[in-house]
Amino acid sequence: MRISMDVELKDIPGQLILALNPISELKGNLISVVHHHEKRTPRGTIPVQLVFEIDHEKLNTIISRFEDSGVEVIRSGEERFLEHGAIIMIGHIIHTDIQDTMDKIDSTGFAEVVDLSLSMPRIDKPSSALLKIDAVGKKEMNDAMSLLKTVAKEKDLLVIEPIETELM
Amino acid sequence: MVIGMKTIRASIIGFGAVGQGVAEVLLRKNEYLKNIGLDITVVAVADSRSAAIDPDGVDLAKVLSHKRTEGTVGSEKLTGLEIIKNIDHELVIETTPTDINAGGVGLPNMLAAFEHGRDVVTSNKGPLALKYRELAEIAKENGSNFKFEATVGGAMPIINLTRDILAGNEILSIEGIFNGTCNYILTRMMEEHASYEQMLAESQELGIAETDPTYDVEGIDAASKLVILANSIFDIDATYKDVDVTGITKITPESLMLAQDDGYVIKLIGEVKKDLIRVGPRLVPVGHPLAVGGTLNVASVQTDLAGTVTITGRGAGSIETASAIISDVISIYRT
Repeated sequence: MRISMDVELKDIPGQLILALNPISELKGNLISVVHHHEKRTPRGTIPVQLVFEIDHEKLNTIISRFEDSGVEVIRSGEERFLEHGAIIMIGHIIHTDIQDTMDKIDSTGFAEVVDLSLSMPRIDKPSSALLKIDAVGKKEMNDAMSLLKTVAKEKDLLVIEPIETELM
Repeated sequence: MVIGMKTIRASIIGFGAVGQGVAEVLLRKNEYLKNIGLDITVVAVADSRSAAIDPDGVDLAKVLSHKRTEGTVGSEKLTGLEIIKNIDHELVIETTPTDINAGGVGLPNMLAAFEHGRDVVTSNKGPLALKYRELAEIAKENGSNFKFEATVGGAMPIINLTRDILAGNEILSIEGIFNGTCNYILTRMMEEHASYEQMLAESQELGIAETDPTYDVEGIDAASKLVILANSIFDIDATYKDVDVTGITKITPESLMLAQDDGYVIKLIGEVKKDLIRVGPRLVPVGHPLAVGGTLNVASVQTDLAGTVTITGRGAGSIETASAIISDVISIYRT
Protein backbone atom coordinates (compact mmCIF):
# COMPACT_ATOMS: atom_id res chain seq x y z
CA MET A 1 0.00 0.00 0.00
CA ARG A 2 1.00 3.58 -0.53
CA ILE A 3 1.73 5.62 2.59
CA SER A 4 2.07 9.34 2.94
CA MET A 5 3.79 10.40 6.13
CA ASP A 6 4.78 13.71 7.74
CA VAL A 7 7.85 13.47 9.94
CA GLU A 8 10.05 16.00 11.71
CA LEU A 9 13.84 15.87 11.84
CA LYS A 10 16.30 17.46 14.23
CA ASP A 11 18.17 20.30 12.59
CA ILE A 12 21.58 18.59 12.68
CA PRO A 13 23.47 16.88 9.84
CA GLY A 14 22.71 13.27 8.92
CA GLN A 15 19.05 13.22 9.98
CA LEU A 16 17.42 12.64 6.59
CA ILE A 17 19.30 9.38 6.11
CA LEU A 18 17.77 8.14 9.40
CA ALA A 19 14.35 8.61 7.89
CA LEU A 20 15.17 7.01 4.53
CA ASN A 21 17.24 4.01 5.64
CA PRO A 22 14.46 2.00 7.34
CA ILE A 23 12.25 2.32 4.24
CA SER A 24 14.88 0.88 1.92
CA GLU A 25 16.04 -1.75 4.42
CA LEU A 26 12.47 -3.08 4.69
CA LYS A 27 12.22 -3.17 0.86
CA GLY A 28 9.87 -0.23 0.64
CA ASN A 29 9.63 1.80 -2.55
CA LEU A 30 10.28 5.48 -1.95
CA ILE A 31 8.07 7.63 -4.21
CA SER A 32 8.83 11.14 -3.06
CA VAL A 33 10.64 13.11 -0.37
CA VAL A 34 9.89 16.77 0.22
CA HIS A 35 12.39 18.30 2.60
CA HIS A 36 11.16 21.67 3.88
CA HIS A 37 14.50 23.00 5.02
CA GLU A 38 13.28 26.58 4.98
CA LYS A 39 10.18 25.81 7.09
CA ARG A 40 11.45 25.23 10.58
CA THR A 41 8.75 24.32 13.12
CA PRO A 42 8.37 26.24 16.42
CA ARG A 43 10.11 23.24 18.00
CA GLY A 44 13.18 23.90 15.89
CA THR A 45 12.65 20.76 13.80
CA ILE A 46 12.52 20.41 10.01
CA PRO A 47 9.30 19.02 8.47
CA VAL A 48 9.65 16.33 5.79
CA GLN A 49 6.89 14.71 3.72
CA LEU A 50 7.47 11.14 2.61
CA VAL A 51 5.46 9.04 0.18
CA PHE A 52 6.40 5.35 -0.15
CA GLU A 53 4.97 1.94 -0.91
CA ILE A 54 5.39 -0.81 1.69
CA ASP A 55 3.77 -4.07 2.71
CA HIS A 56 1.05 -3.44 5.23
CA GLU A 57 2.60 -5.53 8.02
CA LYS A 58 5.92 -3.67 7.87
CA LEU A 59 4.48 -0.21 8.52
CA ASN A 60 4.59 -0.46 12.30
CA THR A 61 8.22 -1.63 12.19
CA ILE A 62 9.11 1.46 10.16
CA ILE A 63 7.35 3.76 12.58
CA SER A 64 9.10 2.24 15.62
CA ARG A 65 12.50 2.38 13.86
CA PHE A 66 11.84 6.08 13.21
CA GLU A 67 10.96 6.74 16.83
CA ASP A 68 14.02 4.86 18.07
CA SER A 69 16.30 7.08 15.98
CA GLY A 70 14.61 10.35 16.99
CA VAL A 71 12.59 10.89 13.80
CA GLU A 72 9.23 12.10 14.98
CA VAL A 73 6.19 10.81 13.11
CA ILE A 74 3.52 13.54 13.03
CA ARG A 75 1.04 11.89 10.68
CA SER A 76 0.86 8.64 8.77
CA GLY A 77 -1.91 7.55 6.46
CA GLU A 78 -2.74 5.49 3.45
CA GLU A 79 -2.54 7.54 0.26
CA ARG A 80 -5.47 6.31 -1.75
CA PHE A 81 -6.20 9.23 -4.03
CA LEU A 82 -3.33 10.20 -6.27
CA GLU A 83 -5.20 12.43 -8.70
CA HIS A 84 -6.68 15.76 -7.73
CA GLY A 85 -9.00 17.63 -10.04
CA ALA A 86 -11.30 20.62 -10.10
CA ILE A 87 -14.46 21.22 -12.06
CA ILE A 88 -16.95 24.07 -12.27
CA MET A 89 -20.71 23.75 -12.58
CA ILE A 90 -23.15 26.51 -13.46
CA GLY A 91 -26.94 26.34 -13.21
CA HIS A 92 -29.59 25.53 -10.65
CA ILE A 93 -27.18 23.44 -8.64
CA ILE A 94 -29.02 23.32 -5.32
CA HIS A 95 -32.49 22.85 -6.74
CA THR A 96 -31.32 19.96 -8.86
CA ASP A 97 -30.22 18.14 -5.70
CA ILE A 98 -26.53 18.74 -5.16
CA GLN A 99 -26.43 15.90 -2.63
CA ASP A 100 -27.45 13.49 -5.36
CA THR A 101 -24.88 14.96 -7.77
CA MET A 102 -22.09 14.43 -5.24
CA ASP A 103 -23.35 10.98 -4.20
CA LYS A 104 -23.04 9.85 -7.81
CA ILE A 105 -19.29 10.51 -7.64
CA ASP A 106 -18.77 9.31 -4.05
CA SER A 107 -20.58 6.04 -4.72
CA THR A 108 -18.14 5.04 -7.47
CA GLY A 109 -15.62 3.96 -4.85
CA PHE A 110 -12.75 5.32 -6.97
CA ALA A 111 -13.43 9.03 -6.66
CA GLU A 112 -14.76 11.46 -4.10
CA VAL A 113 -15.89 15.06 -3.96
CA VAL A 114 -13.56 16.51 -1.33
CA ASP A 115 -14.42 20.20 -1.50
CA LEU A 116 -17.27 22.39 -2.68
CA SER A 117 -17.30 26.17 -3.07
CA LEU A 118 -20.66 27.60 -3.96
CA SER A 119 -21.71 31.05 -5.05
CA MET A 120 -25.39 31.97 -5.24
CA PRO A 121 -25.87 35.59 -6.32
CA ARG A 122 -29.69 35.69 -6.21
CA ILE A 123 -32.48 33.19 -5.85
CA ASP A 124 -33.56 33.52 -9.51
CA LYS A 125 -30.00 33.54 -10.91
CA PRO A 126 -27.96 30.48 -11.72
CA SER A 127 -25.46 29.39 -9.07
CA SER A 128 -21.83 28.57 -9.67
CA ALA A 129 -19.88 25.87 -7.89
CA LEU A 130 -16.31 24.64 -7.87
CA LEU A 131 -15.98 20.99 -6.93
CA LYS A 132 -12.69 19.38 -6.07
CA ILE A 133 -12.48 15.73 -6.84
CA ASP A 134 -9.90 13.18 -5.72
CA ALA A 135 -9.53 9.93 -7.61
CA VAL A 136 -7.46 6.76 -7.37
CA GLY A 137 -5.71 7.37 -10.72
CA LYS A 138 -5.82 9.28 -13.99
CA LYS A 139 -8.26 6.91 -15.69
CA GLU A 140 -10.58 7.01 -12.69
CA MET A 141 -10.43 10.82 -12.68
CA ASN A 142 -11.51 10.86 -16.33
CA ASP A 143 -14.31 8.41 -15.55
CA ALA A 144 -15.47 10.59 -12.64
CA MET A 145 -15.47 13.68 -14.88
CA SER A 146 -17.48 11.86 -17.56
CA LEU A 147 -19.96 10.66 -14.96
CA LEU A 148 -20.34 14.19 -13.62
CA LYS A 149 -20.93 15.49 -17.15
CA THR A 150 -23.65 12.91 -17.73
CA VAL A 151 -25.39 13.81 -14.47
CA ALA A 152 -25.03 17.53 -15.21
CA LYS A 153 -26.55 17.11 -18.65
CA GLU A 154 -29.62 15.43 -17.16
CA LYS A 155 -29.94 18.33 -14.73
CA ASP A 156 -29.26 20.99 -17.37
CA LEU A 157 -26.09 22.20 -15.64
CA LEU A 158 -23.09 23.55 -17.54
CA VAL A 159 -19.86 21.74 -16.67
CA ILE A 160 -16.45 23.35 -17.16
CA GLU A 161 -13.61 20.84 -17.04
CA PRO A 162 -9.89 21.50 -17.01
CA ILE A 163 -8.04 21.22 -20.31
CA GLU A 164 -6.38 17.87 -20.85
CA THR A 165 -2.87 18.96 -21.62
CA GLU A 166 -1.15 20.53 -18.69
CA LEU A 167 2.09 22.30 -19.55
CA MET A 168 4.59 19.82 -20.96
CA MET B 1 11.17 44.19 -65.91
CA VAL B 2 13.35 42.05 -63.68
CA ILE B 3 14.55 38.81 -65.27
CA GLY B 4 12.59 35.90 -63.88
CA MET B 5 9.70 38.14 -62.86
CA LYS B 6 6.47 36.17 -62.71
CA THR B 7 3.24 38.02 -63.44
CA ILE B 8 0.18 36.70 -61.63
CA ARG B 9 -3.20 38.01 -62.70
CA ALA B 10 -5.54 38.03 -59.71
CA SER B 11 -9.11 38.91 -58.81
CA ILE B 12 -10.31 40.03 -55.39
CA ILE B 13 -13.86 38.76 -54.93
CA GLY B 14 -15.49 40.34 -51.89
CA PHE B 15 -14.41 43.81 -50.81
CA GLY B 16 -15.30 44.10 -47.12
CA ALA B 17 -12.72 44.56 -44.39
CA VAL B 18 -10.59 41.62 -45.55
CA GLY B 19 -10.73 42.36 -49.28
CA GLN B 20 -9.78 45.97 -48.61
CA GLY B 21 -6.97 44.79 -46.33
CA VAL B 22 -5.62 42.65 -49.18
CA ALA B 23 -5.72 45.63 -51.58
CA GLU B 24 -3.89 47.80 -49.05
CA VAL B 25 -1.25 45.16 -48.40
CA LEU B 26 -0.70 44.63 -52.15
CA LEU B 27 -0.10 48.37 -52.51
CA ARG B 28 2.14 48.56 -49.47
CA LYS B 29 4.15 45.45 -50.40
CA ASN B 30 4.40 46.07 -54.15
CA GLU B 31 8.14 46.59 -54.05
CA TYR B 32 8.72 43.68 -51.67
CA LEU B 33 6.80 41.38 -54.02
CA LYS B 34 8.75 42.61 -57.08
CA ASN B 35 12.00 41.99 -55.19
CA ILE B 36 11.07 38.34 -54.73
CA GLY B 37 10.12 38.12 -58.41
CA LEU B 38 6.33 38.42 -58.13
CA ASP B 39 4.17 40.91 -59.99
CA ILE B 40 0.62 40.52 -58.66
CA THR B 41 -1.64 42.33 -61.11
CA VAL B 42 -5.23 42.63 -59.89
CA VAL B 43 -7.37 42.48 -63.05
CA ALA B 44 -10.75 42.57 -61.28
CA VAL B 45 -12.27 43.57 -57.95
CA ALA B 46 -15.89 42.81 -57.04
CA ASP B 47 -18.12 43.53 -54.08
CA SER B 48 -21.75 42.44 -53.76
CA ARG B 49 -23.00 45.29 -55.94
CA SER B 50 -20.31 46.36 -58.38
CA ALA B 51 -17.00 45.59 -60.03
CA ALA B 52 -13.84 47.25 -61.30
CA ILE B 53 -12.10 45.57 -64.21
CA ASP B 54 -8.89 46.28 -66.12
CA PRO B 55 -6.86 43.59 -67.89
CA ASP B 56 -3.74 45.75 -67.44
CA GLY B 57 -4.28 46.05 -63.71
CA VAL B 58 -6.92 47.84 -61.67
CA ASP B 59 -5.73 50.94 -59.77
CA LEU B 60 -6.18 49.59 -56.23
CA ALA B 61 -5.76 52.99 -54.56
CA LYS B 62 -8.61 54.33 -56.69
CA VAL B 63 -10.81 51.32 -55.94
CA LEU B 64 -10.18 51.71 -52.20
CA SER B 65 -11.12 55.37 -52.21
CA HIS B 66 -14.19 54.67 -54.43
CA LYS B 67 -15.32 52.05 -51.92
CA ARG B 68 -14.86 54.48 -49.03
CA THR B 69 -16.64 57.41 -50.66
CA GLU B 70 -19.28 55.72 -52.82
CA GLY B 71 -19.69 52.38 -51.07
CA THR B 72 -18.96 50.50 -54.29
CA VAL B 73 -15.74 49.41 -56.00
CA GLY B 74 -16.54 50.74 -59.48
CA SER B 75 -19.13 51.11 -62.19
CA GLU B 76 -19.09 47.67 -63.83
CA LYS B 77 -22.07 45.44 -63.14
CA LEU B 78 -20.36 42.03 -63.32
CA THR B 79 -20.76 39.69 -60.33
CA GLY B 80 -17.86 37.91 -58.68
CA LEU B 81 -18.98 34.64 -60.24
CA GLU B 82 -19.08 36.17 -63.73
CA ILE B 83 -15.58 37.55 -63.25
CA ILE B 84 -14.28 34.16 -62.14
CA LYS B 85 -15.89 32.47 -65.15
CA ASN B 86 -15.17 35.00 -67.89
CA ILE B 87 -12.06 37.01 -67.15
CA ASP B 88 -8.72 35.42 -67.83
CA HIS B 89 -6.59 35.23 -64.66
CA GLU B 90 -4.64 32.77 -62.52
CA LEU B 91 -5.58 33.55 -58.93
CA VAL B 92 -8.92 34.16 -57.20
CA ILE B 93 -8.63 35.84 -53.79
CA GLU B 94 -12.00 34.93 -52.30
CA THR B 95 -12.92 37.22 -49.39
CA THR B 96 -16.73 37.24 -49.44
CA PRO B 97 -18.54 37.03 -46.08
CA THR B 98 -18.89 33.66 -44.36
CA ASP B 99 -22.24 31.90 -44.47
CA ILE B 100 -22.06 28.84 -42.28
CA ASN B 101 -25.47 27.44 -43.18
CA ALA B 102 -25.39 27.42 -46.97
CA GLY B 103 -21.84 28.44 -47.82
CA GLY B 104 -22.95 31.76 -49.35
CA VAL B 105 -21.59 32.97 -52.67
CA GLY B 106 -18.17 31.69 -51.63
CA LEU B 107 -18.98 28.10 -52.48
CA PRO B 108 -20.01 28.62 -56.14
CA ASN B 109 -17.16 31.12 -56.50
CA MET B 110 -14.56 28.60 -55.37
CA LEU B 111 -16.05 25.76 -57.42
CA ALA B 112 -16.10 27.94 -60.56
CA ALA B 113 -12.52 29.04 -59.95
CA PHE B 114 -11.32 25.43 -59.82
CA GLU B 115 -13.38 24.44 -62.87
CA HIS B 116 -11.56 27.16 -64.78
CA GLY B 117 -8.20 25.94 -63.48
CA ARG B 118 -7.61 28.97 -61.28
CA ASP B 119 -5.88 28.94 -57.89
CA VAL B 120 -7.86 30.03 -54.83
CA VAL B 121 -6.63 31.79 -51.69
CA THR B 122 -9.44 32.49 -49.24
CA SER B 123 -10.40 33.80 -45.81
CA ASN B 124 -13.96 32.50 -46.14
CA LYS B 125 -14.64 29.73 -43.61
CA GLY B 126 -18.20 28.82 -44.62
CA PRO B 127 -17.57 26.80 -47.80
CA LEU B 128 -14.66 24.92 -46.18
CA ALA B 129 -16.59 24.12 -43.01
CA LEU B 130 -19.42 22.68 -45.12
CA LYS B 131 -17.71 21.11 -48.13
CA TYR B 132 -13.99 20.79 -47.53
CA ARG B 133 -13.69 17.37 -49.18
CA GLU B 134 -15.49 18.36 -52.35
CA LEU B 135 -13.48 21.58 -52.72
CA ALA B 136 -10.14 19.89 -52.09
CA GLU B 137 -10.93 17.13 -54.61
CA ILE B 138 -12.06 19.49 -57.36
CA ALA B 139 -9.00 21.69 -56.80
CA LYS B 140 -6.78 18.61 -57.15
CA GLU B 141 -8.55 17.34 -60.30
CA ASN B 142 -8.04 20.71 -61.96
CA GLY B 143 -4.46 21.12 -60.83
CA SER B 144 -5.38 24.22 -58.85
CA ASN B 145 -3.71 25.43 -55.66
CA PHE B 146 -6.10 25.90 -52.74
CA LYS B 147 -4.82 27.80 -49.70
CA PHE B 148 -6.84 29.01 -46.73
CA GLU B 149 -4.54 29.98 -43.84
CA ALA B 150 -6.68 33.09 -43.22
CA THR B 151 -9.76 30.99 -42.40
CA VAL B 152 -8.32 29.87 -39.03
CA GLY B 153 -6.88 32.22 -36.45
CA GLY B 154 -6.34 35.27 -38.70
CA ALA B 155 -2.66 36.18 -38.65
CA MET B 156 -1.77 33.16 -36.51
CA PRO B 157 -0.14 30.69 -38.94
CA ILE B 158 -1.60 27.44 -37.65
CA ILE B 159 -2.31 25.57 -40.90
CA ASN B 160 0.97 26.24 -42.66
CA LEU B 161 2.84 25.65 -39.39
CA THR B 162 1.45 22.16 -39.00
CA ARG B 163 1.40 21.20 -42.69
CA ASP B 164 4.75 22.63 -43.79
CA ILE B 165 7.00 23.71 -40.94
CA LEU B 166 6.24 20.68 -38.75
CA ALA B 167 6.35 18.27 -41.72
CA GLY B 168 7.50 14.82 -40.61
CA ASN B 169 5.69 15.11 -37.30
CA GLU B 170 2.51 13.24 -36.55
CA ILE B 171 0.01 15.83 -35.26
CA LEU B 172 -1.64 14.27 -32.21
CA SER B 173 -3.98 17.09 -31.26
CA ILE B 174 -4.54 20.81 -31.54
CA GLU B 175 -6.24 22.84 -28.85
CA GLY B 176 -6.56 26.54 -28.40
CA ILE B 177 -8.59 29.72 -28.45
CA PHE B 178 -9.99 30.32 -31.93
CA ASN B 179 -12.38 33.21 -31.28
CA GLY B 180 -11.09 36.61 -30.17
CA THR B 181 -14.55 37.98 -29.32
CA CYS B 182 -15.22 35.25 -26.73
CA ASN B 183 -11.73 35.62 -25.34
CA TYR B 184 -12.26 39.36 -24.94
CA ILE B 185 -15.62 38.94 -23.18
CA LEU B 186 -14.33 36.27 -20.76
CA THR B 187 -11.15 38.24 -20.02
CA ARG B 188 -13.13 41.40 -19.26
CA MET B 189 -15.73 39.53 -17.14
CA MET B 190 -12.90 38.28 -14.98
CA GLU B 191 -11.16 41.67 -14.75
CA GLU B 192 -14.32 43.61 -13.91
CA HIS B 193 -16.27 40.90 -12.02
CA ALA B 194 -19.01 41.81 -14.49
CA SER B 195 -21.82 39.84 -16.09
CA TYR B 196 -21.73 38.34 -19.56
CA GLU B 197 -24.40 40.79 -20.75
CA GLN B 198 -22.40 43.83 -19.58
CA MET B 199 -19.19 42.75 -21.25
CA LEU B 200 -20.98 41.71 -24.43
CA ALA B 201 -22.38 45.26 -24.59
CA GLU B 202 -18.90 46.67 -24.07
CA SER B 203 -17.40 44.58 -26.84
CA GLN B 204 -20.23 45.55 -29.19
CA GLU B 205 -19.51 49.20 -28.45
CA LEU B 206 -15.83 48.64 -29.28
CA GLY B 207 -16.70 46.82 -32.50
CA ILE B 208 -15.18 43.57 -31.19
CA ALA B 209 -18.57 41.81 -31.19
CA GLU B 210 -21.18 41.99 -33.95
CA THR B 211 -24.68 43.41 -33.39
CA ASP B 212 -25.89 39.83 -33.65
CA PRO B 213 -23.15 38.06 -31.66
CA THR B 214 -24.63 34.53 -31.97
CA TYR B 215 -22.02 33.30 -34.41
CA ASP B 216 -19.16 34.13 -32.03
CA VAL B 217 -20.61 33.62 -28.55
CA GLU B 218 -22.36 30.32 -29.28
CA GLY B 219 -19.05 28.85 -30.44
CA ILE B 220 -20.13 28.47 -34.09
CA ASP B 221 -17.18 30.44 -35.47
CA ALA B 222 -14.67 28.44 -33.41
CA ALA B 223 -16.38 25.20 -34.46
CA SER B 224 -16.06 26.07 -38.17
CA LYS B 225 -12.35 26.67 -37.72
CA LEU B 226 -11.94 23.32 -35.97
CA VAL B 227 -13.72 21.62 -38.86
CA ILE B 228 -11.19 23.14 -41.26
CA LEU B 229 -8.32 21.92 -39.06
CA ALA B 230 -9.92 18.47 -38.76
CA ASN B 231 -10.18 18.15 -42.54
CA SER B 232 -6.94 19.75 -43.62
CA ILE B 233 -4.62 18.44 -40.91
CA PHE B 234 -6.23 15.30 -39.48
CA ASP B 235 -7.87 14.16 -42.71
CA ILE B 236 -11.22 13.73 -40.92
CA ASP B 237 -14.22 14.04 -43.22
CA ALA B 238 -16.16 16.26 -40.80
CA THR B 239 -18.55 19.13 -41.24
CA TYR B 240 -19.72 21.77 -38.82
CA LYS B 241 -22.56 19.51 -37.70
CA ASP B 242 -20.10 16.96 -36.26
CA VAL B 243 -18.74 19.36 -33.64
CA ASP B 244 -19.82 19.19 -30.01
CA VAL B 245 -20.36 22.91 -29.29
CA THR B 246 -21.03 24.88 -26.10
CA GLY B 247 -20.75 28.68 -26.10
CA ILE B 248 -20.03 31.22 -23.38
CA THR B 249 -23.47 32.78 -22.80
CA LYS B 250 -24.11 30.86 -19.57
CA ILE B 251 -20.78 31.70 -17.91
CA THR B 252 -21.32 33.63 -14.66
CA PRO B 253 -18.92 36.13 -13.09
CA GLU B 254 -19.08 33.98 -9.93
CA SER B 255 -17.73 30.96 -11.80
CA LEU B 256 -14.79 33.04 -13.05
CA MET B 257 -14.05 34.12 -9.46
CA LEU B 258 -14.22 30.54 -8.16
CA ALA B 259 -11.87 29.48 -10.94
CA GLN B 260 -9.48 32.32 -10.19
CA ASP B 261 -9.39 31.43 -6.47
CA ASP B 262 -8.25 27.98 -7.46
CA GLY B 263 -5.59 29.15 -9.94
CA TYR B 264 -7.59 28.87 -13.17
CA VAL B 265 -9.04 31.06 -15.88
CA ILE B 266 -12.04 30.05 -17.99
CA LYS B 267 -11.49 30.10 -21.77
CA LEU B 268 -13.54 28.98 -24.75
CA ILE B 269 -11.28 26.15 -25.90
CA GLY B 270 -11.48 24.33 -29.21
CA GLU B 271 -9.97 20.89 -29.40
CA VAL B 272 -9.42 18.55 -32.32
CA LYS B 273 -7.84 15.11 -32.50
CA LYS B 274 -8.52 11.88 -34.38
CA ASP B 275 -11.76 10.93 -32.67
CA LEU B 276 -13.01 14.22 -31.25
CA ILE B 277 -13.89 17.76 -32.29
CA ARG B 278 -15.34 19.98 -29.60
CA VAL B 279 -15.66 23.58 -28.48
CA GLY B 280 -16.58 24.56 -24.94
CA PRO B 281 -15.57 26.59 -21.91
CA ARG B 282 -12.69 24.95 -20.03
CA LEU B 283 -10.52 25.60 -17.00
CA VAL B 284 -6.99 26.64 -17.98
CA PRO B 285 -4.31 26.97 -15.29
CA VAL B 286 -3.09 30.55 -14.83
CA GLY B 287 0.33 30.79 -16.48
CA HIS B 288 -0.41 27.99 -18.97
CA PRO B 289 0.52 28.95 -22.56
CA LEU B 290 -3.18 28.79 -23.55
CA ALA B 291 -4.15 31.35 -20.88
CA VAL B 292 -3.80 34.39 -23.15
CA GLY B 293 -6.08 37.40 -22.62
CA GLY B 294 -7.79 40.12 -24.63
CA THR B 295 -8.77 39.32 -28.20
CA LEU B 296 -5.74 37.07 -28.80
CA ASN B 297 -5.99 33.66 -30.40
CA VAL B 298 -3.67 30.81 -29.41
CA ALA B 299 -3.09 27.24 -30.53
CA SER B 300 -1.08 24.42 -29.02
CA VAL B 301 -0.06 21.65 -31.38
CA GLN B 302 0.89 18.29 -29.84
CA THR B 303 3.27 16.34 -32.03
CA ASP B 304 5.18 13.07 -31.73
CA LEU B 305 8.63 14.50 -32.48
CA ALA B 306 8.61 18.18 -31.59
CA GLY B 307 6.48 17.82 -28.45
CA THR B 308 4.16 20.75 -27.89
CA VAL B 309 4.45 23.86 -30.06
CA THR B 310 2.32 26.87 -29.14
CA ILE B 311 1.64 29.96 -31.22
CA THR B 312 -0.38 33.02 -30.40
CA GLY B 313 -1.45 35.99 -32.47
CA ARG B 314 -4.21 38.29 -33.62
CA GLY B 315 -7.16 36.25 -34.78
CA ALA B 316 -8.99 38.97 -36.68
CA GLY B 317 -8.55 42.37 -38.26
CA SER B 318 -8.33 43.51 -41.83
CA ILE B 319 -4.56 43.82 -42.25
CA GLU B 320 -3.84 40.83 -39.99
CA THR B 321 -6.07 38.57 -42.09
CA ALA B 322 -4.56 40.02 -45.27
CA SER B 323 -1.17 38.97 -43.87
CA ALA B 324 -2.27 35.34 -43.93
CA ILE B 325 -3.64 35.76 -47.47
CA ILE B 326 -0.52 37.38 -48.87
CA SER B 327 1.63 34.69 -47.26
CA ASP B 328 -0.48 32.00 -48.98
CA VAL B 329 -0.19 33.83 -52.32
CA ILE B 330 3.59 34.06 -52.03
CA SER B 331 3.92 30.43 -51.02
CA ILE B 332 2.07 29.36 -54.21
CA TYR B 333 4.07 31.40 -56.72
CA ARG B 334 7.50 31.94 -55.20
CA THR B 335 10.02 29.71 -56.92
